Amino acid sequence: MKKKIIDIDQVRYIAHLARLDLSPQEEEKFTHQLERILSYVEKLQELDTKDIPPTSHVLAVNNVFREDELSFSLSSQEALSNAPSRKDSYFKVPKIVG
Amino acid sequence: MKEYKIYIGLEVHVELSTQSKLFCGCKTKFGAAPNTQTCPVCLGLPGVLPVINRKAVEYTIITALALNSRINKNCRFARKNYYYPDLPKNYQISQYEEPLASGGWVEIKANGKTKKIGIERIHLEEDAGKLIHGEIKEDKDFSFVDYNRAGIPLMEIVSRPEINSPEEAYEYLVNLRQIVRYLGVSDCNMEEGSLRCDANISLGEENRMGTKTELKNMNSFKEIREGLRAEIKRQYELLSRGEKVIQETRVWDPKKKKTFSMRGKEEAHDYRYFPEPDLPPLFIDKSWVERLKAIIPELPQERFNRFIHQYGLPEYDAGVLTESKDIADYFEECVKFFPKPKMVSNWVMGDFMRLVKKEDMTKIKISPASTADLLSEVEKGTLSTTMAKEVMEEMFKTGKGASQIIEERGLKQISDEESLDKVADEVVKENPKAVKDWQKGKSQAIKFLVGQLMRKTKGKANPQLANKLIEKKLKNLSG
Repeated sequence: MKKKIIDIDQVRYIAHLARLDLSPQEEEKFTHQLERILSYVEKLQELDTKDIPPTSHVLAVNNVFREDELSFSLSSQEALSNAPSRKDSYFKVPKIVG
Repeated sequence: MKEYKIYIGLEVHVELSTQSKLFCGCKTKFGAAPNTQTCPVCLGLPGVLPVINRKAVEYTIITALALNSRINKNCRFARKNYYYPDLPKNYQISQYEEPLASGGWVEIKANGKTKKIGIERIHLEEDAGKLIHGEIKEDKDFSFVDYNRAGIPLMEIVSRPEINSPEEAYEYLVNLRQIVRYLGVSDCNMEEGSLRCDANISLGEENRMGTKTELKNMNSFKEIREGLRAEIKRQYELLSRGEKVIQETRVWDPKKKKTFSMRGKEEAHDYRYFPEPDLPPLFIDKSWVERLKAIIPELPQERFNRFIHQYGLPEYDAGVLTESKDIADYFEECVKFFPKPKMVSNWVMGDFMRLVKKEDMTKIKISPASTADLLSEVEKGTLSTTMAKEVMEEMFKTGKGASQIIEERGLKQISDEESLDKVADEVVKENPKAVKDWQKGKSQAIKFLVGQLMRKTKGKANPQLANKLIEKKLKNLSG
C-alpha cells in the first residue's frame, strides 16, 4: 500500500490550531477524507517546477496604495453590535492570562 | 569560574505616526474611548479588503535607509495565523520571507569604542488590539478587548545577536530611538506603547551562542537593562550549577525584579505563514528610493559632529543639543539671529530645556528670534542673568517678546553710572559698621554693601558696576 500522506495526529494538531473540537469519529472521518483530497492533489507533484518561481498572486499588479487619509469609523455601539459578549464599550472574552 | 559570552538580540516594535491605520482609514490617535476607531476592515468583518497606506511603507523605507539597510525591491505581506483575542481576524498581516529591508546597523559606543550592532531585518505589520485583564473586579474571569490599536502600522526592527551586555542594549535602544525620532516617523513613546521591545538572551562561548530565552514585558529602557541583567544572572547561576537553560518565553516582573517563565500559558508557535492573497506585492524601484533618500534629514551623529566643528561647541554641549531634533533645530535658529553659539548653547541647555521639560516642544510659544533678542539684552548689559531668567519664564508663559516684558515690568538693568553712584553714596553712609569692617580688612563686607545696593534698586543694578562703585567709595573713604 502507498505511504499515507496524513495521519490522525496531524489532524488533531491542525484541529487544535484551528480551535476545532472534533469527536473521535470525526477525527477518523476527516483523516480519511483529507488523505483522499491530498492524494488527488498530489498529482501536481508530477510536474517539474524546478525553474518556475513560486506564484503568490495571479495578477500582474503591484503597489496598490491608498493615501494616508482618514475615512469613516464605526461608533463603538456599531462595532460591538455583533459581539457575542460585551461589557461597556469593550468586547468581552474568556480570561486569557492567569 | 567559567566565563560566558553574552548574546542579546532585540526586537523593537515602533508604531508609525501616520494619521490613518495601515490598511484602512481609521484614526490612530492614542487614548480615544475604547472601540471608537474601528471599521469593518480592521475588525476583520467578512468581505472587506485591505489597502496599503503608502506613507507607512515610505516611513519604513526611510527608517531602513537611515539604518543603512538594503531595501528589498520585491517584497510582500504575509499572513501570520494564530488565535488570540487581540486579533479580530485570527491572523495578523505581517511580512515573512520578503521583508521591506534586510541588513544595516546602529552605531553605539562600547568601552569607549564605536561598535556597529547589525540589523537582521526591518518589516511592516499591523498592530494588534489591546487586552485589559483584571481591571474590572466583578469580571475577574474575563478579559476585555479594545480594537482601536488593531491595524496601526507597526515597524519591526530586529537586531542580530551582536549586543554583548545590558549596557550595550540600552545604548542601542537610545540611539535607535533618537534616529527614528529624528526621522519623524514615530514618537517612540514607551508609556503610550508606540515603542515596545522584546529581547532574546543567551550565554555562550566565544563563537557559539547558548540556549536562548525570550524576555517580554519591559516597559522602559531602564527596565530592559534591569530585566536583561536579571535574566543573565539567572542563566549564569543555572549553568554554574551544571543545569540547562530551557528555551522559553519569560516575563519581567518589575516589582519582584525577576523574570518568570510563561510556560503553560503559551501555545506552541506554528504560525503557518503564507503570502497575503488580498494584497498585491510591492515593487520598490530605485527612483522611489532615491526620492525618499532626498528627504532624510541630517541624522544625530552627523549633526553632533557638525555642531562641534561648525560652532566650536564642546562635545558635551553638542551631545545635549542634538539629543532631540527639535532642540537642535531651535539652537540653530537662535544662532542665526544671535551668532554666539556658546552663549546660545548655555541658555538653551540651561533654562530653556528646563522649561521645555514641562511643556511639549510643539507648544513652545517662544520663537528662536525672541530668545535671540533676550540674549542680546543680556549681552548689552540691559538685563542681568537673573533678570533674564525671569523674563524667559514670562516669555514661555505668555509668548510675549523680550523687549515688551522688560518694558512692562520695568526690568531694565541700571547701567547708568551717575544714578548708581548716588545710590552707592547712600549705601555707604547708611552702613558705617560694614565700612569699618572693610577697613579692618574684612573683605567680605563689600559683598554686604553691594547687596544693600541691589536691594535699593530692586535687583536692577548692573552687578559689575555696583561692585565697582562700592569699591571706589570705600577706597575714597579710606584713602
